[in-house]
Amino acid sequence: MSSEKGVLSGSFFMQGDVACAEGAITAGCRFFAGYPITPATEIAQRMAARMPQIGGTYIQMEDELGSMNAVLGASWAGVKAMTATSGPGFSLMMENLGLGIMTETPCVLVNVQRGGPSTGLPTLVAQGDMMQARWGAHGPYEIIALAPSSPQELFDLTIRAFNLSERFRTPVLIMTDAEVGHMTERVVIPPPEEVTIVPRRKPRIPPGDGYQPYVADDDLVPPMAVAGEGYRIHVTGLTHDERGYPATSDDSAQWKLIQRLVNKIRLYKDEIIEVEELYLEDAEVVVVSYGIAARAAMWPIELAHREGIKVGMLRLITVWPFAEEKIRALAERARAFVVPEINWGQIALEVERCAAGRVPVYLVPHPGGDIHKPEQVLAAIRRAVA
Amino acid sequence: MSEPTLRTEAKAVEPEAAPQERHPMDDLLREERLPHIWCSGCGIGTALTCFISALLKSGLDLDKVVVVSGIGCTGRVAGYVRLDSFHTTHGRAIPFATGLKLANPELKVVVFSGDGDLVTIGGNHFIHAARRNIDMTVICVNNFNYGMTGGQAGATTPVGAVTTTTPYGNYEHPFNLPYLAAASGAVYVARWTVLHVRRLERAISEALAKRGFSFVEVVSPCPTNFGRRHKQRTGLDTLRYYHERGIIRHGADPRSVDIELGGDIIEGKFVDIEKPTFSDCCAGIVQKAIAQ
Amino acid sequence: MKYWRKPLDLASIRVPHGRIYIIRERCKGCGWCVAYCPRQVLEVSDEFNSKGYHPPRVVNEAACVSCGLCEMICPEFAIYRVEEEREVETL
Repeated sequence: MSSEKGVLSGSFFMQGDVACAEGAITAGCRFFAGYPITPATEIAQRMAARMPQIGGTYIQMEDELGSMNAVLGASWAGVKAMTATSGPGFSLMMENLGLGIMTETPCVLVNVQRGGPSTGLPTLVAQGDMMQARWGAHGPYEIIALAPSSPQELFDLTIRAFNLSERFRTPVLIMTDAEVGHMTERVVIPPPEEVTIVPRRKPRIPPGDGYQPYVADDDLVPPMAVAGEGYRIHVTGLTHDERGYPATSDDSAQWKLIQRLVNKIRLYKDEIIEVEELYLEDAEVVVVSYGIAARAAMWPIELAHREGIKVGMLRLITVWPFAEEKIRALAERARAFVVPEINWGQIALEVERCAAGRVPVYLVPHPGGDIHKPEQVLAAIRRAVA
Repeated sequence: MSEPTLRTEAKAVEPEAAPQERHPMDDLLREERLPHIWCSGCGIGTALTCFISALLKSGLDLDKVVVVSGIGCTGRVAGYVRLDSFHTTHGRAIPFATGLKLANPELKVVVFSGDGDLVTIGGNHFIHAARRNIDMTVICVNNFNYGMTGGQAGATTPVGAVTTTTPYGNYEHPFNLPYLAAASGAVYVARWTVLHVRRLERAISEALAKRGFSFVEVVSPCPTNFGRRHKQRTGLDTLRYYHERGIIRHGADPRSVDIELGGDIIEGKFVDIEKPTFSDCCAGIVQKAIAQ
Repeated sequence: MKYWRKPLDLASIRVPHGRIYIIRERCKGCGWCVAYCPRQVLEVSDEFNSKGYHPPRVVNEAACVSCGLCEMICPEFAIYRVEEEREVETL
């Protein structure tokens, strides 16, 4: 590994995408495979310039399918790896995101969302992939997805994403968007020694001592041997037993595996879920939002305060797993939820599910291409208290 | 013979051999998983035998050898080798292998998969990995159809061949794999049928020793799904066909080695050139990057 | 072995000999070893393994020259040979 001089620290005026790349580098990412796609290309461009400086590898693959698989392969060679894309590429990565989930491969997948569906609005903001982030791959599984509201937070959450991916041995998604990705703001990068980096959990027994790749620790996460260490591991996308061997004919293997894959995240939600709560102490109306939409809701909330409306904000920094308990608790004392998001209703459905009919949930939709106008959100807040 | 249980757990009946005698390849096999799933008369096991035999002679550090395979009958190879092995998704073994190799250049990466997986669904990754001359060995067992799913046509199925998805005869022109590999940039291209085991073993050895993208096509019987529909009900029938119609022509122009239904099978080493690998080219960039 | 003339190195060359081992449970009765053994050492037995296949049987042990073709061509890793010394046979 060449010298670490390449890892930045200090205060910068930096684009969101670039901050994402630097966050990955600070987190120890030394492999990036990607494919050009607006509005995520700047991440690939930054990686193309920076990886050779720090002994890492940049490769531009032939498509997003190749990118996702190269990232999985690199992770299984013992290197922290990431890819970045937008809606169309995100859709192409779903099957192999599933392979990463099934084989418990730590890696990070950044989705700089843009207007959809299909080619949609390539250069413009949207948040229409939130349910795809949750259920895009097939089959039963849990996923971790973070949503930054600023270049600084995109930098910070990229580090957190890598740490969570190693801690839980799973791919982690960063669901950002064209706005945050393309805006330029101050980004403070702490000196490396102040950044906590979660190392990969390695086997505690040497090769040849009966190590089995999928015997989990108490927290349901198995220590991870990688290729080239002499453990002679077998890794398959097929349902597998603790040895990693295909186990598709006895159904106990599927029961055990799926329960573990799901519970290893679900039972540790509190360790994963991060939210920001503003003015919720006496809030009658709770604005629930995430990413750029949450930021755009700050001004309408201020305007509503001036009109004497008690409104607060629950900003979801971790979108998946969903902050169910938080919503249920707020539903006990608030009169309504207002959910501004740049899609036609996705996270709003989760809020409705958790509010369970106790209070109304007012979606503030947007088809994509722009952030909400303040009066759109303000109107919803006013309706909530009317 | 004890009453076989419903699902006979195929434990190895005490072999004729004395206890300390073991099949010479068992060290590199997950023998606890044998007998394997491939049909009687299928050639994948033989292709795997030649690979393991080549490995045993190669002097490579077996802890650094990694086998990556995709989905399909041949895709199950990864599950039977006692090496670091990855059974990835359909068509994506090569990009997965690319990630492995570039992240840890010490690894000797071998992609071992079928024709459907590598060049039909996985064709885009195949041509690009060859174009980039990524240092890996690709062994493609070509049985001219999608065997695992019951015998459908793929990109290597000859014109006129009957499969479950070409019930009136295949009307698509197939790829010529050596030509495809050579044209894309592979530095080593060879084709052998599973009948010519010694030559196949040597070709695999040469491919393993070659720096850059090396490709070995292994023409193999698929009695259950392809042979059966083309008057080759058993693997032995197909081997006899190879015996009659296999023509060894080292250095043949890859363009001239198409395989037609009922036609000759040109075998041999067609390409063996030197070219800087992806990593060779990459290495030069690092200095420039650090200097800036 | 039949020669049209006596090889000059006849005295020094030792024809190898192999002992064949068959793992009957692995065999799937494809018949490749029997068909392609150059010395016709093997024959399909009428015995069954637990999957109902007929494994090969050694019928001409002395003829085996340990060429290893059976071991290489077997798709099931079910047959192999071990080279053995034997008294020099005059040809």
